[in-house]
Amino acid sequence: MVTPTLPAATLELARHDPSQDVIVFEDVAIAFEDQVVLDGISFRLPRGETKALFGTAGSGKSTILKLAMGLVKPDRGHIYTLGQDVTQMREDDLFELRRQVGIVFQESALFDSLTVRDNVAFRLMEESTVPQEEIERRVREALRFVELEHTLNMLPSELSGGMRRRVAIARAIITQPETILYDSPTGGLDPVTSTTIVELIVKQRDVYKTSSLLVTHRLQDAFVMANHCFDAKTNHMRHVGPGERMEVPMAFLILRNGKVIFDGDVHELARTKDEYIREFIS
Amino acid sequence: MAAGDFLSSIELISPSEFAKRKIQSLQDYSILAGQSVANLFRSPRYGADMVQQMDLIGFGSLPIVLASVFFTGAALALNSATTLSRFGATTVIGQLVSIGIVRELGPVLAGLVVAGRNSSGMASELGSMIVTEQIDAMRALGTDPMKKLVTPRVVATVVMLFFLTILGDFMGLLGGSVVASILLGMDAHEYWSNAWQTLVFSDVFMGLAKPVVFGYIVATVGCYYGLSTKGGTQGVGRSTTEAVVAAMILIIAVDVFVTRFLMAVLGA
Repeated sequence: MVTPTLPAATLELARHDPSQDVIVFEDVAIAFEDQVVLDGISFRLPRGETKALFGTAGSGKSTILKLAMGLVKPDRGHIYTLGQDVTQMREDDLFELRRQVGIVFQESALFDSLTVRDNVAFRLMEESTVPQEEIERRVREALRFVELEHTLNMLPSELSGGMRRRVAIARAIITQPETILYDSPTGGLDPVTSTTIVELIVKQRDVYKTSSLLVTHRLQDAFVMANHCFDAKTNHMRHVGPGERMEVPMAFLILRNGKVIFDGDVHELARTKDEYIREFIS
Repeated sequence: MAAGDFLSSIELISPSEFAKRKIQSLQDYSILAGQSVANLFRSPRYGADMVQQMDLIGFGSLPIVLASVFFTGAALALNSATTLSRFGATTVIGQLVSIGIVRELGPVLAGLVVAGRNSSGMASELGSMIVTEQIDAMRALGTDPMKKLVTPRVVATVVMLFFLTILGDFMGLLGGSVVASILLGMDAHEYWSNAWQTLVFSDVFMGLAKPVVFGYIVATVGCYYGLSTKGGTQGVGRSTTEAVVAAMILIIAVDVFVTRFLMAVLGA
């Protein structure tokens, strides 16, 4: 596999500057019933970086996203999202913080009784200070971004699985949050639709410099993201050649038995000697 | 399913664990019930959602509430006529139906009918939102589901059950009147003047205080079971059934205490 030349040193520096981190997990543990899901995991998501989370089913990847949003509380440890310790915050205060973070759920989680327009506009309508014309403009803009402007008045049940994911992305980006959490955005989709969604994530990362945590089962999607950048001229992503010195802010985090067994960039992943990881990526 | 599989699928828990879970449920319900009222005094308030729920709960339940209380009033008149005729006192049917419907049967029947229709509706709607992660999505989008979903339903149910009970009471009296005048040959004017004159403030107050309590029970129980749904579509079905059963039992049980309390307070 051809990998781009990454400015690893830059990313490394960013990792050590706490003010540059949008999400920090410190020794986080959580168990459901008697099942330990996460057992003392620590990692950082630097500003502007996309970190792909891997692990077998049930390894706690989706739980990490919910923990980062404060939707569930850990049994131990601290989680800092946009500099605030979500483990110590009251639910009322968390609502304010969550408005600054976008999330795309595994099954889209669109409100099935609302139209696509109302789903995408939900956050803006809740703010109640945004004028109707402004809401309309931003909804169209977000839907244009995911190329679904024509679905404005449709209900989620009238959309295909891939379209629902794209609407969920539009809903997540409408307020242009500086961080977006994606939970298996390409899971169960055909390769063509998956590529469309990967391209949208790359576009969001490279055009709007959004930081993101990306849960996925599809290693190839993450490698595509690590190998491509978005070309605004052609409105498509393009492969970053081995000779190009272009920053692709992409990292990988692998979970096993509730612990982080790998946290690094694509070069470090390619060089790893860990048998399990080598088998995982092969 | 083989008997062995069935037995192994049954979860066995210790009595202390069972008690702990029940107390936890009671605590969760109390928090939800308390927050649903406290949210009225905190912004944002969802007026449009309240109006929408009033339409769904109030106007949607109107035909069945009116029909059930009308026929109960008619049946009450029929049954009392049989007994009262032995004493030559059929003229007091109006009083009996009036007291029975306004103080007791109107509010309880309206409460039970609305519980059957709306506790289940709320539990299934919110339960479906739980299993499809829509509630998590709402929280993640910065909106409090308690304020957006629970409080509007509680307010709408309390307000609409109050008015449904008033209309239901009238229909119950009308049902009694139809039986009294058509089947028993009573003078309709006599029936209505008896029914009207026998009512005192305490009867009306008692009859209108109960739907406020019952509406609160219907909505909070429906929302509680919906929001505590676990286990996919099967869990939604279970929540729906449990919500209706719990709301109905609670209405009937609480009715006794509310009646006793109001009798003590009003001296009636």
